[in-house]
Amino acid sequence: MLNSRRLILAHFWLAFLVFGMALVLGAWQMFVRSPLHTWISDPELYYRSVTAHGAIMGYVFPTLIAMGFGYAISESSLGQPLIGPRWAWAGFGLVLVGAVMAITPVSLGRASVLYTFYPPLIGNPFYYIGVVLVVVGSWIWVALMSINLGAWKRANPGRPVPLPMFANVAGSYLWAWTAVGAALELVLQLIPVALGMTSTINVGLARVFFSWTLHAIVYFWLIPTYIAYYTILPRAIGGRIYSDTMMRLAFIAFLVVAMPIGIHHTFGDPQVGAGFKFIHSTFTALVAVPTLMTVFTICASVEIAGRLRGGQGLFGWLAALPWKNPIMLAAAFSFVMLGFGGAGGLINMSYQLDATVHNTQWVTGHFHLIFAGAIVIMYFAIAYDLWPHLTGRALADVALMRAQLWLWFVGIIVTTFPWHWVGILGMPRRMAYFDYSAPMLSATAFPVAISAFGAFIVLASGVLFFAVLIRGQAAPRMETEPYRFATAVHPPVAVPAALNGLGLWVALMLGLTITNYGYPILQLAFRPGGAVPAVYVGAQR
Amino acid sequence: MSDEAPLSLKDPWVVRSVAAVAAIFAGATILGFAVLPLVQTNARASGLWDAICSAAGVVREPTSQKPIEPDFKISPAVMTPDMLRGADADSIGRGATLAQQCAICHGPTGVSRADSPNLAGQYPAVIYKQLEDFQMGARVNAIMTPFALRLSGQDMIDLASYYAYLPRLPAYHPAGLLPAPRIVINGAPLRNIAPCGACHGALDNKAGSPWLEGQSAVYIKSQLQAFASGERRNDISEQMRNVARRMTPEEIEEAAQYYASQPSPDVRSVSH
Repeated sequence: MLNSRRLILAHFWLAFLVFGMALVLGAWQMFVRSPLHTWISDPELYYRSVTAHGAIMGYVFPTLIAMGFGYAISESSLGQPLIGPRWAWAGFGLVLVGAVMAITPVSLGRASVLYTFYPPLIGNPFYYIGVVLVVVGSWIWVALMSINLGAWKRANPGRPVPLPMFANVAGSYLWAWTAVGAALELVLQLIPVALGMTSTINVGLARVFFSWTLHAIVYFWLIPTYIAYYTILPRAIGGRIYSDTMMRLAFIAFLVVAMPIGIHHTFGDPQVGAGFKFIHSTFTALVAVPTLMTVFTICASVEIAGRLRGGQGLFGWLAALPWKNPIMLAAAFSFVMLGFGGAGGLINMSYQLDATVHNTQWVTGHFHLIFAGAIVIMYFAIAYDLWPHLTGRALADVALMRAQLWLWFVGIIVTTFPWHWVGILGMPRRMAYFDYSAPMLSATAFPVAISAFGAFIVLASGVLFFAVLIRGQAAPRMETEPYRFATAVHPPVAVPAALNGLGLWVALMLGLTITNYGYPILQLAFRPGGAVPAVYVGAQR
Repeated sequence: MSDEAPLSLKDPWVVRSVAAVAAIFAGATILGFAVLPLVQTNARASGLWDAICSAAGVVREPTSQKPIEPDFKISPAVMTPDMLRGADADSIGRGATLAQQCAICHGPTGVSRADSPNLAGQYPAVIYKQLEDFQMGARVNAIMTPFALRLSGQDMIDLASYYAYLPRLPAYHPAGLLPAPRIVINGAPLRNIAPCGACHGALDNKAGSPWLEGQSAVYIKSQLQAFASGERRNDISEQMRNVARRMTPEEIEEAAQYYASQPSPDVRSVSH
């Protein structure tokens, strides 16, 4: 049952619209800082672009995808109309207003502080307030997901919560809590300084607050992708989910250990004690558990489909898979990129190994491989899968979809692999231009040029993506079957209470926040001498 | 959140999951706070409690040695972008009277023809800081120091307000507009030199940095050389000395000539 089609479509269209704009900026950035272009004559333009690219890709785009997909999951997996559609539109409106409010000062060069804020740099207050509005809009979605699940549970006592909704609500709770860190930084620290109420800022505390958000936000981006792995892919290729319990456990594990690990982003920060860095490193390592559970379960689910299609032997099922199906293709590409990206992540999360790549281009290469690669390619798959049910028009050009996915995959690999390599060579990140003629940097010139070329391939794929959607809009209307998700090989009759609700796991997440963040935050907040003068960006222009 | 039968402490899921998370946390804590700080060969932990405090990030007392005092005065000024903004008319008026003694070098309209700095329309915080530094000896000049010694704190605020109030006039440009040299727009990244324009105009302005368009090339050059030689050292955190020391004589010449040839920012925005 998909009643709120306009609501869901509005989220997806706005998401992809801003995504398209940020994609162009990204390709431009890759080009201007590569040796294919001379040194940019106004570096501020570069940072302005990076801020817009990051704020859109980090805050606006994935949040809208998660919200739109969440509403679709709620209606179609619970089989009940969305409760609170007006509130949902209000949330959408807040995200829209917040996005415009944030991007306007950035476009004017008044907030070139990057999406991670970087205090003591201080930009125009509307940038920060806009980001807060985006987050508040998404919190309305969190509340609605919780309310819709609660209503279904009351109407269906004792029945197992459908898997997509279980995962969706887990993701929403994760986001609700992890966004609190950045919200505290914005409301308690950045906005008062930006408004001129004070002119100093406790940077160490601000960075720790931001780390609270910065890592788990990646898992929030990842949740729609994981939901698509588990509940769209097996259905799209004619298989089943290998294990209902494994899926529940994977999302539960994400909820518990994804959040209290952000201090691994501050390994280079002297204000955080090494003991807490070690604890966060340990819990980061635990994220490998739900990831590997997912890899196993999805491979098993796909194998079931391959064997149902007549595949034989140890690897014969692989050949029997429907490789021409865009969802199959997207998921395979996503897995390859997740594999490489995950391997790189193991290096970042290790206190010692991180020292060799900290603040280098390796890190930007890493998160583009994971987010732009493994995650976003599944956002395309979700859109392709859901679109006919939202518009009532078929997306018929499967060959164009395949071309788009191939280009995206090749483009991301060509962009990010050299990007990692130059990081190992020591090339720093967040620079608008590099002196490639210097002996220390000349070895990076060729890989960076290749990387910029990859960005153009990615851009071309983005153009094809819009072509697919726009051509779909011109297709004749058709009757669609109800949208449905994959089911497990053994659908559960009853599940333990702990696996049918999220209360226990949210409690563990909160508990770990206190143990892992409580002392560092209190120590930095109450230690005298932590505040430094704010540096206002564009203040005298 | 859920209206399931409430989970109790007897539920094995509750017991096992809480125990597992607690065990992982306890293990990580013991390793990170006690074992690793004590077994590291380069660790300075003198005992278990010291190891725990160090791993928690407790601030250690600085060594008892006193910091080495420099043999020259350092500038105590703290700069903020809004400093001295919005001066009242009385302050500007008093400043105008006081400024009569400055006009012989800095020009009656705040625009100099004597290779002294132009002051018309300069940021008030910048002028105030230089006067204060001259007075307390952080910056030394045979002509300026005696003038500054006689000024009260209010005098310096008034002078800064007056000059900031004066309109920025196009200065004397014998060379005509020059294209921006690389040192102004890009700096020299491998020598750790930020672009001049990132703080002094052309690209952006930062709190405490003067805008330089239309200043005398002789003055800019002499100040860069003074920073490079250490003769002038009232720059905050030594940033101008670090930059100037690494600049080549050609770059100093280029930057000085470029800024001297530029009209003041307001004039430029009108003419575009």
